[in-house]
Amino acid sequence: MAATAGAACRAVVARDLLIAARRRSDVLTTFFFFVIVVSLFPLGVGPEPGTLREIAPGVVWVAALLAAMLSLARMFGADYADGTLEQLVLTPQPLTLLVLSKVLAHWLTTGLPLVLVAPVLGLQFDLPGDALATLLVSLLIGTPALSLIGAVGAALTLGVRGGGALTSLLVLPLYVPVLVFGAGAVTASATGMGVAGHLSLLGAMSLTALVLAPWAISVALRIALE
Amino acid sequence: MQWGSVSEFFAMGGYALYVWGAYVVTAVVIGAEVVALVRRGRTLRALVGRSSHAQSD
Amino acid sequence: MGFTNLNIWKYSSPQTFYPLAGRMVPWFMGVAVVLGLIGLYIALFAAPTDFQQGDAYRIIFIHVPAAWMSMFTYLVMAFWAGIGLAFNTRLSSMMAHALAPTGALMTFIALWTGAFWGRPTWGAWWVWDARLTSELILLFLYMGYLSLVAAIDDPRRADKASAVLALVGAINVPIIYFSVKWWNTLHQGSSVSITRAPSMASIMLTGMLVMVFAFWAYSIAAALMRVRCEILERERDAAWTRELKKS
Repeated sequence: MAATAGAACRAVVARDLLIAARRRSDVLTTFFFFVIVVSLFPLGVGPEPGTLREIAPGVVWVAALLAAMLSLARMFGADYADGTLEQLVLTPQPLTLLVLSKVLAHWLTTGLPLVLVAPVLGLQFDLPGDALATLLVSLLIGTPALSLIGAVGAALTLGVRGGGALTSLLVLPLYVPVLVFGAGAVTASATGMGVAGHLSLLGAMSLTALVLAPWAISVALRIALE
Repeated sequence: MQWGSVSEFFAMGGYALYVWGAYVVTAVVIGAEVVALVRRGRTLRALVGRSSHAQSD
Repeated sequence: MGFTNLNIWKYSSPQTFYPLAGRMVPWFMGVAVVLGLIGLYIALFAAPTDFQQGDAYRIIFIHVPAAWMSMFTYLVMAFWAGIGLAFNTRLSSMMAHALAPTGALMTFIALWTGAFWGRPTWGAWWVWDARLTSELILLFLYMGYLSLVAAIDDPRRADKASAVLALVGAINVPIIYFSVKWWNTLHQGSSVSITRAPSMASIMLTGMLVMVFAFWAYSIAAALMRVRCEILERERDAAWTRELKKS
């Protein structure tokens, strides 16, 4: 009796969330990495509020990028090592949907915490209220793209030596558009300009990634498992 | 012809460092690529030839 | 057997392509040298000094062709990588691997000459100009491709994984370019791109066109030389390589 695709996806998400709940340290490490990196910048740049307000959007977004990247190895790594990934690829349900479920679970444990804590960090940089809201929204729209694009890199480098550094080299150039428009939205908001353009472009990128990335990830996983 | 004299040519209107810095480095890079490829090709052909001699015993 | 379309696939095997490429290299190199000399003559002698930028603008005759080749080569590389992935042909993937270093060097030349052009014209060695920044990211894309190929031991897995990467990169190149361009105008207001050419006399355009074709011919020659090396390395255990005379 084969399960429906929907049930399979729900099972994948539930399993990954359960694993993340049991290994909370993985999730918390990424989270605190994000917080620490953001806090490092004032220490490096100086506490002058004007400067901090200016660099805040870029700093928070770059830190989000780096935190997302650090967590990528976890997306498929453990399953690849213990053979679960092979089973996933062999199931009759469409691999693209299962992959999407894995990315969703990953985003829930990695991206969403960043989204929720970012406005608090923005306060450290004395960002005005509107900008804080934009920060939250931009990260909410943009971090799924980071997880999706990052998943492609993670799938390509499964079991390859060079590990995290190699994945970063592959993935960071692809993150640039998301960074530009995400940080740009917050800067625009802080300087009183319109954010609709930035946010819509950001949304378009996430949607494009949503459509195209699962295919690329599936292909990459099959290549890795050959 | 642009230049009144050879020294004018090399001076490039005062921009010698930049123009020649650009042109010379480009020439060096391209030259290095060609040399590297020729040497790599020669080494490989010799290697493959050697192993064929070994096989023919 | 009268299928004439079999001839299309005749050169898709490393064994038949190897001698063909060997015959093509001298021709393309020859064209590159001839066009290069003509282009250099125009660039350094025939073209007049620019009114605004003085003789520093002559760097354009290298910078623009190198930049175009760097982008075009990436697309060609992604194309062959895609063919290799779709049709499972080794030679296509080898061609993609052969194109990457040449493309990366073109990108480096574009960045280097861009910096040397920017310094006298705009005062700084590096300006976050949209085109230069996009070239920098393109260099990272090339480095990523080369690193991935180097990191994977199994050649066939390396072929396929790098093909996925190249295709994803190719799709992203216009997106990256557009977002960097937008970012540049936002942060510099209406400031001019440092790599915008002076309004060009026709001799300058001719010179640039000649150099573009020279760079193109050279890139083809270099890629063919490199793919011959790749073929020898990958096929060294095959019978036909043992028949090769030392040349």
